Amino acid sequence: MSTIAPPPLALQAEITHRCPMRCVYCSNPLALEPRSRELDTAEWCRVLDQAATLGCLQVHFSGGEPTARSDLAQLVAHASAAGLYTNLITSGVMLDEATLATLATAGLEHAQISFQDVEVTTGDRIGGLKGAHARKLGVARMVVEAGLALTVNAVVHRHNADRVAEMIELAVALRASRIEVAHVQYYGWGLKNRASLMPTRAQLEHASAVVEAARERLRGRLVIDYVIPDYWARLPKACMGGWGQRFILIDPAGRALPCHAATTIPGMIFDNVRDRPLDEIWARGAAFERFRGTAWMPEPCTSCERQEIDWGGCRCQALALTGDAAATDPVCWKSPQHRAVRALAQAEAMAPGDRFVYRGAPQKAPV
Amino acid sequence: MNAGSGIGPSGAARPRLAPHVRLSFDARRARWVVIAPERLLLPDETAVEVLRRCNGDASLDDITADLARAFDADRDEIARDVGALLRDLGDKGIIVA
Ligand code: SF4
Ligand code: SF4
Repeated sequence: MSTIAPPPLALQAEITHRCPMRCVYCSNPLALEPRSRELDTAEWCRVLDQAATLGCLQVHFSGGEPTARSDLAQLVAHASAAGLYTNLITSGVMLDEATLATLATAGLEHAQISFQDVEVTTGDRIGGLKGAHARKLGVARMVVEAGLALTVNAVVHRHNADRVAEMIELAVALRASRIEVAHVQYYGWGLKNRASLMPTRAQLEHASAVVEAARERLRGRLVIDYVIPDYWARLPKACMGGWGQRFILIDPAGRALPCHAATTIPGMIFDNVRDRPLDEIWARGAAFERFRGTAWMPEPCTSCERQEIDWGGCRCQALALTGDAAATDPVCWKSPQHRAVRALAQAEAMAPGDRFVYRGAPQKAPV
Repeated sequence: MNAGSGIGPSGAARPRLAPHVRLSFDARRARWVVIAPERLLLPDETAVEVLRRCNGDASLDDITADLARAFDADRDEIARDVGALLRDLGDKGIIVA
């Protein structure tokens, strides 16, 4: 039932789940790993070497907040020495000039900083941390000063979808080389807060038009990547470029996952890099084999010409929306559940649900 | 960090890889790859020949002439292809001039 796996292109190293922010769309699992279970420096270094040998070309240090780990520069240096291109996916709030200089010297190429809005009040409310937006602005400037490539990650939902033009302007002003305008994906905390985040159809269309116009205008100056909200789509995304096709994600406790949300799927067995080498996990691990390729597919995917384009969409979304991880992603118009998903998006976008559940200790929302 | 206004048609432009973009040979896959922030391109053989010449010293005219010589091909045709390719790579933030 397994098909031969091409070597993975990138390793997503979720080095910690700790984070001072509490973004209401965070894709981390609802049960966060505590610090005591995190892989230590030597274990991560071993994983980085194994990833490079296996064929990974890039590593994305993410989390949680990766800069919450004091050994980040050491890990970056180790990854660069192993020949990996290093990216940092960060909220930015814990960074300062000295740390950035150390990371640049260690070989860091690029930092992606997430922004919750262009407006302080909504931004800080969505991120669950007062003062975060102002800090991010300062840190983004420091990233460019330090000679690193900067990506602005603007996360879009119904509370800020009308300000996409300003977000793109912000990226230009910060001298970013790239912006990711990414509608919230509904996993983890994002799924929990979905009803309070879902944009309306009209908002989506407006945002898409703004992006199209900006791409034309900023051609050659700013790369604009755009991620639309799945629930409003007619065709699913090739989640992770296909299950077990391109990416390998290691969680803070060392579990090797085909995607962030894979742990939500019942009956999955995840190997841990503490017990088994990465090449074996990738090639023969049960979790990677389960939905790799096309053999597991149901109809309508089995007889569809897009099966190796989108690989049947997202397994975790199929689970969240149909109760069955092995179903066709119901975002697809061919899925029998497609209309129900569309109706759900419509209903939630119109509902006044604006209460958020925040990760971390039970706290009241700021503001 | 930005490319300014992208690659114009000017033959005097001296294209080079954008900062933090790497062209490297991947021994495991036995092919050239372009690695950029959170992105990866798998250039075909023609693109590799062009990219390897984008060193910031050679002008677009030099590159065209060199390719025409190396592949014994028509200069104008090469100029058109290279121009189109570099514009596309400029839009993707891979090449700056
Ligand atoms: S999404 Fe927000 S809360 Fe979650 S890890 Fe990133 S910065 Fe932290
Ligand atoms: S039927 Fe399956 S393979 Fe075809 S487009 Fe829909 S999800 Fe993709």
